Amino acid sequence: MRTVLDPTGERQAAAREPLPRPASLRGRSVGLLDISKARGDVVLDRLAELLAADGAVVRRYRKPTFARTAPVDLRHEIAEQCEVVIEALAD
Amino acid sequence: MRLPDGLVAVVKRDCPTCVLVEPVLRRLGAAVWCQDDAGWFEGDDTDLELSYRLGVETVPTLLRVVDGAETARVVGWSREQWAELTGVPDVGEGLPEHRPGCGSLSVDPFRVDALEARYGGSGLASRRVELAELEDEHEALFDRGWTDGLPVVPPTPERVLRMLRGTTRAPAEVVAVVPPDLVECTVEKVAVNAVMAGCLPEHLPVVLAALEAATAEEFALHGLLATTYFAGPVVVVNGPVAARIGMNSGVNALGQGNRANATIGRALQLVVRNVGGGRPGEVDRATLGNPGKFTFCFAEREQGSPFAPLAADRGVPGDAVTVFAGSGVQPVVDQLSRDPASLARTFAACLRVNAHPKLPMAFDALLVVSPEHGRVFREAGWDRARLLAELEELLTLPGEELVRGVGGMAEGVPAGLAGARLPKFRPGGLLVAHAGGDAGLFSAIVGGWVAGETGSAPVTREVRA
Repeated sequence: MRTVLDPTGERQAAAREPLPRPASLRGRSVGLLDISKARGDVVLDRLAELLAADGAVVRRYRKPTFARTAPVDLRHEIAEQCEVVIEALAD
Repeated sequence: MRLPDGLVAVVKRDCPTCVLVEPVLRRLGAAVWCQDDAGWFEGDDTDLELSYRLGVETVPTLLRVVDGAETARVVGWSREQWAELTGVPDVGEGLPEHRPGCGSLSVDPFRVDALEARYGGSGLASRRVELAELEDEHEALFDRGWTDGLPVVPPTPERVLRMLRGTTRAPAEVVAVVPPDLVECTVEKVAVNAVMAGCLPEHLPVVLAALEAATAEEFALHGLLATTYFAGPVVVVNGPVAARIGMNSGVNALGQGNRANATIGRALQLVVRNVGGGRPGEVDRATLGNPGKFTFCFAEREQGSPFAPLAADRGVPGDAVTVFAGSGVQPVVDQLSRDPASLARTFAACLRVNAHPKLPMAFDALLVVSPEHGRVFREAGWDRARLLAELEELLTLPGEELVRGVGGMAEGVPAGLAGARLPKFRPGGLLVAHAGGDAGLFSAIVGGWVAGETGSAPVTREVRA
């Protein structure tokens, strides 16, 4: 039997059930985070329009630079103020 | 195992002193374990467990045991000492008064790591993964997602223990918090990945320093990993440590073929992959990447350099690493310039196109000056500061050449900057190092990444033993 040592962080991510998906965004607080990429605001402005038209309450956030993770205070603020997360990636 | 009371000895048949005392041991009725011949005495210690646990360094070793505990010990053959321990005054009659013993197999350098791993309560905290008999060990490591696409050295406990001998730091010491998963990474985890990368123990301190540098906040390793851009960490090593561990700063310094260069850079990347969880296609979103993301590490050629060592100029003299967010190599050819002003103009012209000729202040660069180009500056008395000052002047660009649309290219700066004079590099955004073989009027530009406070700044850290 050959034994090797685990080279990973051996992280056990806590498994959490996501909350049920809301049937509608009407009246919900939706956060949009601008990561400070060029022309990201163009996409987010349009998204905000569309979300508002669906009755969502849109909150806007911006992190100082796309090259670094969002400051912890900003992450906390978003978690406190928003009910819905839309996770997406584009470049 | 509880030792029997009375006399206990450990011997090996290959040791002439052990052969000499064989009749003595039999006459004394000692319980004897042999290290290399299971049939010589009653006791078989060919797996060396007893020898290891007793801390036997020399054979023969003779113990007196009372209630299962050792109360006295002698090594080698000495009539006087054996007589005292056994209480038999004329023990070994006819033998010489004294014979030194031989080295115990349990301290053989080729076996000691395996014994420590097996019996030593090694102190290693990493999860042990048993590979099945029918698994090919290299395929098994690919299958678990632990490699960068090339085979790795299987990180057995023995190899990891041997690797840890390369540092005085405790295996449990936390070296860094590694993105993207923000995992606390211990010296041991670095050693595991250094084994996989192919490092020797003497490379480990440099890997540790490189990891400390790369995880400094201003280096922005999370963003560097996640970016669609090409870049990855480039490690430049300064100080006597580079030559001591066999690093290459000369012929083909940025290329393949040198174990220390290749494996130190690779170990850093494997830590990011395995400990931090940063994998291509997941958090690593590079559009194209660059081959330096396997490994990109070299030593600065300090001898004959026109410049002070890079790390020393950055405030860390002696053994040190500097990490730079680099994106691959762009050649610079100038075979005609023999005066520094002309050669600086060549460098400026080539540096201007870094990322895009119309984008100023956006991307850092590392200029690697070769010895033949370096000689031009050395003979003219130009140091790094002088060259940088010259390049700064040459690379302060007229805004009207850079605005969007100029030259038929949409890329560029906003039209409002047309009247401005814009530096190509932010202050501190251009690094200059010296490396390469004796021949060749070529230098290299390693393009950087998003610069400074919005992106990555180079970081220099001391290499500690």
